[in-house]
Amino acid sequence: MDLQVLALILVGAVGAGAVATGLGVRVLSPKAATLLTLAGVGTAFVASVALAVAYAQNPEPQAFTLYHWGPGHFGMKVGFLIDSLSVVMMIVVTLISLLVHVYSIGYMREDPGYVRFFAYLSLFTFAMLLLVMADNFLLLFIGWEGVGLVSYLLIGFWSTRARAPSAGLKAFLVNRLGDFGFLLGMGALLATAGSLDYATVFVQSEALAQQSSPFPGLSALSLICLLLFVGAMGKSAQVPLHVWLPDSMEGPTPISAMIHAATMVTAGIFMVARLSPLFEGSEVALNLILLVGGVTALSMGLLGLVANDIKQVIAYSTLSQLGYMTLALGASAYAASIFHLFTHAFFKALLFLAAGSVILAMHHGQDIRQMGGLARRMPITAATFAIGSLALVGMPGFAGFFSKESIIEALAHSDLLFAKPAHLLALAGVAVTALYSLRLWCYVFQGVPRSTEAEQAKERDPTVVIPLVLLAMLTLVAGFGIEAFLYGGLLGDALVVHAAHDTLARMAENWNGLGGAILHGFATPAAGLLMLSLLAGYFLYAKGRAGQLTPKTSRLRSVLLQKYGFDVFYEHWVVRAAHAVADVCARTGDQRMIDGLVVNGTARLARRAAAALRLVQSGVLGHYALAMLLGLIAALGYLFLRG
Amino acid sequence: MLSLTHFMLLSGALFAIGVAGVFVNRRHALVLLMSLELILLAVNTNLIAASHYLQDLAGQAFALFVLTIAAAEIAIGLAIVVAVFRSRDTIDAEDLNEVRG
Repeated sequence: MDLQVLALILVGAVGAGAVATGLGVRVLSPKAATLLTLAGVGTAFVASVALAVAYAQNPEPQAFTLYHWGPGHFGMKVGFLIDSLSVVMMIVVTLISLLVHVYSIGYMREDPGYVRFFAYLSLFTFAMLLLVMADNFLLLFIGWEGVGLVSYLLIGFWSTRARAPSAGLKAFLVNRLGDFGFLLGMGALLATAGSLDYATVFVQSEALAQQSSPFPGLSALSLICLLLFVGAMGKSAQVPLHVWLPDSMEGPTPISAMIHAATMVTAGIFMVARLSPLFEGSEVALNLILLVGGVTALSMGLLGLVANDIKQVIAYSTLSQLGYMTLALGASAYAASIFHLFTHAFFKALLFLAAGSVILAMHHGQDIRQMGGLARRMPITAATFAIGSLALVGMPGFAGFFSKESIIEALAHSDLLFAKPAHLLALAGVAVTALYSLRLWCYVFQGVPRSTEAEQAKERDPTVVIPLVLLAMLTLVAGFGIEAFLYGGLLGDALVVHAAHDTLARMAENWNGLGGAILHGFATPAAGLLMLSLLAGYFLYAKGRAGQLTPKTSRLRSVLLQKYGFDVFYEHWVVRAAHAVADVCARTGDQRMIDGLVVNGTARLARRAAAALRLVQSGVLGHYALAMLLGLIAALGYLFLRG
Repeated sequence: MLSLTHFMLLSGALFAIGVAGVFVNRRHALVLLMSLELILLAVNTNLIAASHYLQDLAGQAFALFVLTIAAAEIAIGLAIVVAVFRSRDTIDAEDLNEVRG
């Protein structure tokens, strides 16, 4: 079948499922909603696989336009771009979404908002598909804002919980900060390149790099890239715009899996990769990306060491892994970044869904201090969680190893200014990842149960367990895509890398097959750190000596417990400043200008004018006659004087 | 020989008398109506004189229209006066000021 038809089926099926369920939220039974959305997402997944097959036979990027909603040359249109990058993303998004839909059947079974939940879930997928398939910035932005909106709705889904609504709001507002940068970037692009169409903009990247910007020493292209990257920082939760992601754990667990694996946070990474022709032209932006990614990768991993909420630990690991993806972008190893996104999607969805299974068994308890000894009571969950964790820490042979090791190696090969410090940060991050993963595993699955819920925990629902097993299998094989992704040119037609930055090409010279990579993987500094860290973690957590270390490291610990003070900083400065500005606007702008001058002012004007005019209507006939006479004289006088 | 000027003077005088009637007598509604009628007649006189002078019948046609309108107007006016008198026992214009703003 035609690529375009397949793409339309793909988007249309999910959109139709979401809209139909959303409209029927009051009348549909849970079963009908499940069928509708599953049919939509299932069709989309089948279509995406068919699309991939068709594309593989004839790998020719295609852009096509459905309709223009504004001047065509500005790129104001609903147009889709089908190339290797969007095909890979479509498969990831629809596959994870499908599994999450299935999982949610069991997870949300007793929830009164079941139908609404499924409508949101499908809408989430739909928005993300728009985002990845767009062939212009504006449609990308529509999808971008769409996932932002749905994430707000879903994080605050359990609106009766104390912190859920504010967590949703936080996610939305922090994302607005990033979007502000993104909007400015789009505005700058429109002003300089005159279009928001990818193809039109990309061919001008050289010219933009020559153009100067209002800031000395910064080319127009650098400015645009920096602004766009601010948007990516918001969406992909990079320091300092990461604060919404840990809080987003207030949402139902399937949503966490969606946000972390397939939709939302991967959007920023995808966007930068998609815009590689622009970012390649700006070393300033690449250096900043390296810095931000490195800081995020290490600092957020450290926070995972002190969090006690099972989902929050995994959320911090996502932040840290997003840092790695960002690092890869900075090192121009876009393919490695997308590859890590790909493997991460599977093992992180797996970890979250396994955590959800634990949470279900614990009757919605999320505190790891209440768990323990679950490995015996929940064998499938434990086994799949172990596979996910091994992939996460980058154990050679597992998915995360291939992608993360490639990123670290790419950093070593990069010549950029910040590449060396970023490399060190990434290596340190490996050790931290191993430590918090082991801590989580020991607290949850090892030892003895520390609560009655943990004693009685068991796996019940097949719809919860089946996606776990499927994801575990996918996690095991996902890593073997490395050759295609990095060295086979799978994404070649979508990514642009300048020869001067081409770290992957340098790595390709040393590539000697999967087996070689795994063997070599045991001899890298990262592997050494990993083993050391696992050993340390074994004594710390498995042997239960963490308590003894606490006093010595209390200062570091308190910094970590306060999450480096980002929340306090935002609370004190940003939120308070926003309040002050809003206050001024409310009082002068709203109360005085709009209410006072416009609304009440109109009424006041009418009243005063009427008060003046009513004097004229005296009711005395003579006055009227006089007025007529005077009018007559005036009219005649005018005619007479005019001649 | 009577010239156009004489007719103009006559019509001006009639107009002035009519206007003066409106202002001097403010109370009696019937006199008010008569004064208005006088003003209209002044206009008619003017129209007919000018029509004759210019040898153009249009002016006289207009005069006929004005007469018709005046007749209609006075009929309505008298009817109102009668109705007012029936309901209020007075036709004093000074007292009829209920519609004051």
